[in-house]
Amino acid sequence: MTDLAPMKLDEALKPPRNQWWDVWDQFKTHKGALIGAFVLGVLVLAVVAGPLFWRIDPAFIEPDAVKMIRSRNQGFSLAHPFGTDQLGRDMLARMIAGGKVSLAVGLVAMLISIFIGTTIGVLAGYFKRLDGPLMRMTDLFLALPLLPLLLVMVMLFRETLAGMFGPELGTFFLIVFAIGVTSWMQAARIVRGEVLALKEREFVLAARSIGTPSRRVILRHILPNVMSPIMVAATLGIASAIITESALSFLGLGFPPDFPTWGRLLFDGVEYMTQFPDRVIWPGLAISLTVLSVNYIGDGLRDALDPRIRGR
Amino acid sequence: MLDAGRRKLVEVRDLKMYFPIYSGLLRRHTGDVKAVDGVSFDIFEGETLGLVGESGCGKSTVGRALLRLYELTGGSVVIDGDDVAKLSPEALRQKRPTMQMVFQDPQASLNPRMTLAGIIGEPLDEHTSLTAPEKLARIYQLMDQVGLNRNFANRYPHEFSGGQRQRIGIARALALNPKFIVCDEPIAALDVSIQAQVVNLLEELQDRLGLTYLFISHDLSMVRHIADRVAVMYLGQIAELSPRDELYAQPLHPYAIALLSAVPEPDPSREGARQRIILQGDVPSPANPPKGCNFSTRCPQVQAICHRLQPDLIEVAPLRFVACHFVQPQQAQPAGSTGGTEATEPTQQGVNA
Repeated sequence: MTDLAPMKLDEALKPPRNQWWDVWDQFKTHKGALIGAFVLGVLVLAVVAGPLFWRIDPAFIEPDAVKMIRSRNQGFSLAHPFGTDQLGRDMLARMIAGGKVSLAVGLVAMLISIFIGTTIGVLAGYFKRLDGPLMRMTDLFLALPLLPLLLVMVMLFRETLAGMFGPELGTFFLIVFAIGVTSWMQAARIVRGEVLALKEREFVLAARSIGTPSRRVILRHILPNVMSPIMVAATLGIASAIITESALSFLGLGFPPDFPTWGRLLFDGVEYMTQFPDRVIWPGLAISLTVLSVNYIGDGLRDALDPRIRGR
Repeated sequence: MLDAGRRKLVEVRDLKMYFPIYSGLLRRHTGDVKAVDGVSFDIFEGETLGLVGESGCGKSTVGRALLRLYELTGGSVVIDGDDVAKLSPEALRQKRPTMQMVFQDPQASLNPRMTLAGIIGEPLDEHTSLTAPEKLARIYQLMDQVGLNRNFANRYPHEFSGGQRQRIGIARALALNPKFIVCDEPIAALDVSIQAQVVNLLEELQDRLGLTYLFISHDLSMVRHIADRVAVMYLGQIAELSPRDELYAQPLHPYAIALLSAVPEPDPSREGARQRIILQGDVPSPANPPKGCNFSTRCPQVQAICHRLQPDLIEVAPLRFVACHFVQPQQAQPAGSTGGTEATEPTQQGVNA
């Protein structure tokens, strides 16, 4: 008893721990999420640090015509571990270069669409006066045919952006923005529904009786409690952003044809799928792995952020 | 104990809270749910006013309207010198620390994603500029006051029992040293053994900190235990407002008589003799209250006048306010008069405060 007393006192005086430590502790217990984080980490590391070790230029084509024709459509070899494409370019180098763009497009477009969707959903759900206008706007965006809209956007802004940031960065901004502003609607609807239910809960009323202003009620009470659906929408959003980017590039609206992205490589490989199936397998595998690992990370994060699940 | 010279902390005058009904294709305003319709009462500093009534009679709405969690339809609520109903948003925010609320459902009133320290500290974040160690010290002090172990500061609401959660809610309400606390059925969601703990805690805090309570409940025995005066509500209006002992000994309003006859008696021999008054019919819809007296559709002593004229809440005996045509001041036998002679004129004098 006497031995226990000092320990108990220490325990009592310990200041409240930062809750992110609890989140990390719970995240660590989710095996799928850990594997997902590892796989995504490897992919990111490969596309970021890969060019330092694999020094073949992804756009390099043998200038000599005979050599070029001989180097086409090769399979696995030590010189070209992933083989070469129909112009004799090294597939591994193209995968690395393409991955950088695809991952960046996926992440940034997802962030934009989640940001817009969450903002609109929270505002529409929390403020009754904004609900009608914002949700009608959401319906409007849902009803718009996306491809013509993207086409118009690309036509109007490509030159301007290319002039401001250079052709590649300009196209990147354009694509990321175009995907972001055309894919936030589902997130907005889900978030609005959750917020409508949450704001009637007594703890929101309690916060108002304390005198917490609306913006802090939203940040402190509403947003943490709509985290789960946002996480799900976000992880799915990365996948669809990568696919949409490849569709855009395929239509000639995205990056230039010789500029590699995973989606682009996949579309290029489709033509040769029967003869050289590995040409679609590698980019397809990369996209699938990214999506799968992000999904598992999202799953683990969602569990870790919920104190009711934490500690189980 | 209840001398009239005491300071009034809360003065409510003609409080009206209507919720609009929109219907039809064009969502036109077709009527109102009159949840609270002209309620007036005072709460003296340091006392507990019990507010009782059946479900849906507007008790909780009164409590929330007092703290302006709803925008009032009409009337005034003066708390500690300021009319809460007319304060600007910023002035209202400044005023919030004097008036706090303890909620009915301790599970729903605590954010499941915040730790206990975060929940109790929220009022401190909003209204004080304490440094982190000062804030923590205050949080520990509050936890001691309501009897929570300091080791629980890092835990989440779902890890606590119902009674402990209600203590967290009380600690949060106490954080800013309020003068007036609205207890909105704080014990309704707890089981009986815990109810006593929480009510005793509330009483102890009142003695120690000089708090003033509006205690909303449908548990008549608990109100008898804690309240100094009791207001009986029916369909958005106060039927009777009396000191506790007088009300329980001899209710005057027919509704109060019927309501109190429902309180079970622990003594079996007296329980056998208890005359239970069972009212006929249902409570009318607050969207369409009856003409005249609100209770006229179910009153056992109803007369023609009750369907025509609405009785005012008048002082029939010292500190006893009743809204009934047949309970008049200066009558020797108030209890007998409820069903007795028909009064010739309904009194039209205003509400005596």
